[in-house]
Formats: sequence, structure tokens, C-alpha cells
Amino acid sequence: MPEAPSVVLVTGVSRFLGGHLAARLAADPSIERVLGVDTTPPSREMRRRMGRAEFVRVDIRNPLIGKVISTAKVDTVVHASLSGNPGQSGGRSMMMEMNVIGTMQLLAACQRSDTVRRLVVKSTSAVYGASKRDPATFTETTEPKAIPPGGYAKDAVEIEGYVRSFSRRRPDIPVTTLRFVNLIGPRIDTSFVRYFSLPVVPVVLGYDARVQLLHEEDAVAVLERAAAQDLPGVFNVGGAGVLMLSQAIRRAGRFPLPIPQPAVPLVGRFTRRARLVDFSPEQMRLLNFGRVVDTTKLRTEFGFTPRWTTVQAFDDFVAGRGLRPWIDPSRLGQAQDAAVAVARALPTGS
Amino acid sequence: MTPHHTLSDHELSDHQLSDHERPRGDVMPEARVIPLRQDGGRPRPRPAPRRASRPGIGSLTERTAAARGLDGDGRPTEEAVDAVEPATGGELAALPAPSGPTELEARVAEVGEFLQRRLTGRYAVDDFGFDRDLTENVVMPLLRPLYEKWFRVETIGTENVPTSGGALLVANHSGTLPLDALMTTVATHDDLPVPRYLRMLAADLVFGLPGVGAAARKAGHTLACNADAEALLSAGELVGVWPEGFKGIGKDFADRYKLQRFGRGGFVSAALRCGVPIIPCSIVGAEEIYPKIADLGPIARLLGVPYFPITPTWPLLGPLGLVPLPSKWYIEFGEPIHTDSYDPSAADDPMLVFNLTDQVRENIQQTLYRLLAGRRNAFLG
Repeated sequence: MPEAPSVVLVTGVSRFLGGHLAARLAADPSIERVLGVDTTPPSREMRRRMGRAEFVRVDIRNPLIGKVISTAKVDTVVHASLSGNPGQSGGRSMMMEMNVIGTMQLLAACQRSDTVRRLVVKSTSAVYGASKRDPATFTETTEPKAIPPGGYAKDAVEIEGYVRSFSRRRPDIPVTTLRFVNLIGPRIDTSFVRYFSLPVVPVVLGYDARVQLLHEEDAVAVLERAAAQDLPGVFNVGGAGVLMLSQAIRRAGRFPLPIPQPAVPLVGRFTRRARLVDFSPEQMRLLNFGRVVDTTKLRTEFGFTPRWTTVQAFDDFVAGRGLRPWIDPSRLGQAQDAAVAVARALPTGS
Repeated sequence: MTPHHTLSDHELSDHQLSDHERPRGDVMPEARVIPLRQDGGRPRPRPAPRRASRPGIGSLTERTAAARGLDGDGRPTEEAVDAVEPATGGELAALPAPSGPTELEARVAEVGEFLQRRLTGRYAVDDFGFDRDLTENVVMPLLRPLYEKWFRVETIGTENVPTSGGALLVANHSGTLPLDALMTTVATHDDLPVPRYLRMLAADLVFGLPGVGAAARKAGHTLACNADAEALLSAGELVGVWPEGFKGIGKDFADRYKLQRFGRGGFVSAALRCGVPIIPCSIVGAEEIYPKIADLGPIARLLGVPYFPITPTWPLLGPLGLVPLPSKWYIEFGEPIHTDSYDPSAADDPMLVFNLTDQVRENIQQTLYRLLAGRRNAFLG
């Protein structure tokens, strides 16, 4: 069985991750064909970037996807369309439909196919949940203490369940499941990115979460590697190190706005109505307790070390977005010099 | 500005400050060795305050001096020359104290530097959320007066704590509120020859409380579970556990200094797996800070806490009842119990784990009795 893929199908190409992955694969001459599917066509800029990759407008919830796979003789399927952004996906229930039902259809098509030799599934570290009883870092085998109550995380848990039963039924197809932490970078658009772009950032009073991030480029590179080689298993994917939420807000030069815990859902509803940030309850819990994953398996077994650490990725995001800090660092320096000058001017004597 | 110190401390800090006043490029003198403790344990001279001995300050003082002392062309102004002069002269003449303004300036510059770091987020935290900058500059200075002045903690056997590498410190728990744990973090930081940050394993209750949970993470503590314990131990950290848990800290005053059951031995298996020594740590004095004479179970259940204590002053005196009684404390670090002779798979041998657990518990109980026998009064020592 040849190692290198020749016909690759990528789902979710109208979004950042799928689109950029398709573009990278299309730039690889050893790959014969790259098919990108999504319900909405990618932006003009993305289409230009994708080059020779072909776009097929098909809803993966439709059995038509099976026909696409069989007629094109697809051998590698990269399912990158899992979305945690209801705003982009047309609402919560639509997002769940696309995520869960879409995956079921896609897996059904792969199970039928006799050409598919490799499956890569984008998942999320949200499957671990977030609670006070969690260990500091999650390994791939950690059982979640609290099953995520709903939304994105629950979708991901269900999707992983379907993926596991798929591998039981087709043990000959190696499946790579990648659990990404929150992505960040100068170009990607996620609810996390929007959250940090708010001028005043709401935080939960009395809590300070540990935040682990992954740079958008690293995310694309991981998917590309998984598509090119047989690396079966479940892998956590995240940058090294953590930032505290308060620290990240200060690094972005924003102001935190502490909100008492009972009022948090109210504020969440407001930011959703105002189309500022749409945070699911699961992501709200993340803001309380944070979540850090152990990426040892990614580095040793998968053979990938992210180029950006959490801090570097965040700084790249801040610089790339041109976020202007509210407090000018040079002003702080001046204030300090002034304070020292005052201290010097004070009369001697201790 | 100069805080209370013993004589030898004063000498040390003077000496170091005058070093910083010297112009750059001067050769540092040989470090003077000051004995930190005599044989026999007490009395205990306190090591120099970290504030004066931290390496960053010298450069900072120099830098601020440079910043204000250079005129437009980069030549030193007369002021700057003046500022350097008395310090170098002072060392020769062995002045008793450094000149006031420079010390004040350095302090202001230090605080300013700290605030700048905090406001711009330029500090590092580890995967557990441990914020060394905050712990060193805020948490420790807040706890230190309680440690030095209120409880007058005396440490014994500091040489039993390894200066580097993973080690598991196991201590008795008491006092209704976990002040004993906080004081032990000060002890391992201030009284060891090489300061170490004690990374404690705490109950999940701590991490659910607003404010407290976030503060505990920043001070380097984490949830009591085997995964975290082993991660910290294999990273070479000094880890602290209080295996009695709520049974120990919430016991009645009548049961003081009677060790409760030591959990289920999870701490021993973590130490066995990582092959690190177990250091028994006995704390005397913490039982008397909030004597718990009764427990209001229904209120505790309502609040979701394991107990609601009644002490002679709480809730009788309201917030005043939160002031701990000023008992005199002793913290003794016992001889390490080495586990590296066992195979890591020994952690799966429950009999061995139980035996080691009992050994540690017995050790602490005996040490407690010995310390109590030598104590005349709970408040005077």
C-alpha cells in the first residue's frame, strides 16, 4: 500500500483551516488531486490561494458525498470542518447538524468506499471539559470529569464516538484524531480571537484560567502531516506553555471587566445578541478553569513540535491584528522614571 | 525602611547593597559565608531577606542610576558622580547604613519595574499556572509577617530537605484553616539554604472557590491527584501533601496532635513511581490558632464545605474571630525516607504502600510528641 496520498478530500474548505490545508496540499506536486468540499464557496482570496485544488459544493450531510468519494477515487479524507463558531455556521442547531450529522454521513461514505486508505479528523480539546476537579494537564487517556454539557464540546464528544466505531468497523483504515486547543493567529477568525479583540474583555470575577493556544500555521502543518503519513491514534495538539487569561488580556493591551459568576450567562447573551462574541456555555467554563493538554505524544509519536509557543502565538496575533494597547508601555516607563525622580527629591533620612 | 533583623543579617545586607553601588566592571568580592544555623536546631538566625539578595536588583539600581545620571551627550553629570562617590567612599569607611535616598530609589524602581511587568503581562507562568514573579514579590511578603512576627515559626532539620530534585514533603494538617500549609511554603522558601517553592496538592474545594482557587494556582499549587503529583515530582519540584485532608484540619480541639488516617496512601505510590524521597514534616502550633470546639453540620452542608467551625472567637466576635491566636510554631523536617531502592512497580504493591504510609505517619506522630514534650506553653514556646 503506497504511503503518499494521491487524491485528497478536505472538508470545510471555506474556512481557514480547511482552505489553507487544501492550498498547501495543492502546492505539493506529488499529490494528484485535491478536492475541497463545503456548503458555501470559499472567498475569492482563498480560491486564489487554493490554486489547482478543486472546489465541490456539496453538503456533507447529503449522501452525495459518497458519490464524490467513489467517482474521484479519493484515498485520503481530511475532515476539518468541525466548527465551534455558530455565527459562521448559521446558528447553534445548524452547527450541531453540520458537525454531527455531517460527520456521520462522511464516515458512512468512507466505510463504503474501497479507495479510502486514510482518515484524519479534526477534533478539539474541549472534549476534556473544564472543571475544578481536573488535573493540571490532560493526556490523551484522561477521562473527562464532567462531560461537556452541550454545544461544540458535546458535538466533538459525539463525533469522536462515531469515529471510534468507524475504526472498529474498518480496522484497515488508519484514523488520526487531532484534539486541537484554541487556535489563534493574525488571520484566523474564531470566537477566541474575537473575544481578545474586544476593547473591554469580560472575565469571570475571582477566576483566572490557564490558556493554551496553537498558532494557525502550526494547525495547518499538523493536518498536512497527518494527511501525508499513516499516524493512527488520538493526539493532543497545542503550543508549549500557557498564558493566564489575565496575562493574555494585558499582553493584548485590553482591559479586563470582571463579572460575578451569576451574571456571566447574562453577559454571554448580550455579547451574542450584539454579535460581538458567541461563546457557548462550555467555553464560558473554560474561562473559569482553563484547560492545558499534554503534548508529549504529539512530539514523540506524531513527530511534530509546534513552531510557536502559546506566548509567541498570542504575541503574533496581537502584532498581526495591530491591536493597539490602551496603556502605552512607554508611558509606564515614564511613570516609573517620574516616581524614581520623586523618590530622589525626597529629603534624606530613614 | 530597614526591617527588623538580627545583627548578622544587617551586616550581610549592608555588604551587598554597597556592592551594588559600585560602578560596573568592578570585580565582585568573594561571597562571605555566614553560618545559617548552629548545631542543635534553635535559636535560628534568619537568612538575609530575599529582597536584598535577589540578583536583579543590582543591575536595576545601576540602570536607574545610569538613566538619571547621564546628560544629553551621554557624559555623567555632576549629580551622578556625586551619587557614586559616597557609596564607594562608604565602603572604605565602613558606614553603618547605606545612604537613604539610594535605597528608597532602588525600592521605588523595583516596585515600578514590578508594576510594569504586571501591567504589560511580561512574566512567565508554568503549565500549572505557577507565577513565580507574583509569588516572590506579593505572596511571600504578605505571608512573611505572619510567619516571623505572629507565629514566630522555628524550623528544625532544614538540612533534611534536598536542595534540588524532586521530593515529597508529608505533613500533619491542623488549624481549621490551612495556615499550616501556607507557613510551610514560607519555611521552605526562607529557611532552607537554597530557597525552594513548595508545590502543594490541595483539595478540589480550593479550586472551585472564586479568588482562592486562582490564587492557589498562581502560588504554584495544584489539585491532589496522582497525575499532577507525578508530573511535579518528575519535574524535580518539592511537592507538599497533607494526607489527613479535611479529617485532619477540621478535627476538634480535644483531638489535637492526634494524627488522623493518612488518606489512601496515594502520596506514597506517587513517590515510589518517581523514586523521590519522602520527607516527614511535623508542625506544632497550628492546632492552637483556631481551637474548634464545635461544628455546625447543617450550615456546612448548606455552604458546601466539609465543616463549619465554632471557636471561642468565631462567630462570636464576627470578623475579629478570623484573627488566629498567636501560638508559637515549630516546623521540623524529619530524616528523608528514601524510595529509590524500590522498583517503580512497587507502587502497585498495596502492602508495601500501606507499610510505608504507616512508617511516615508513625514518624510524624512521634516527632509531634517529642516536640510537644519540649514545649512549655502553646503561646510562648
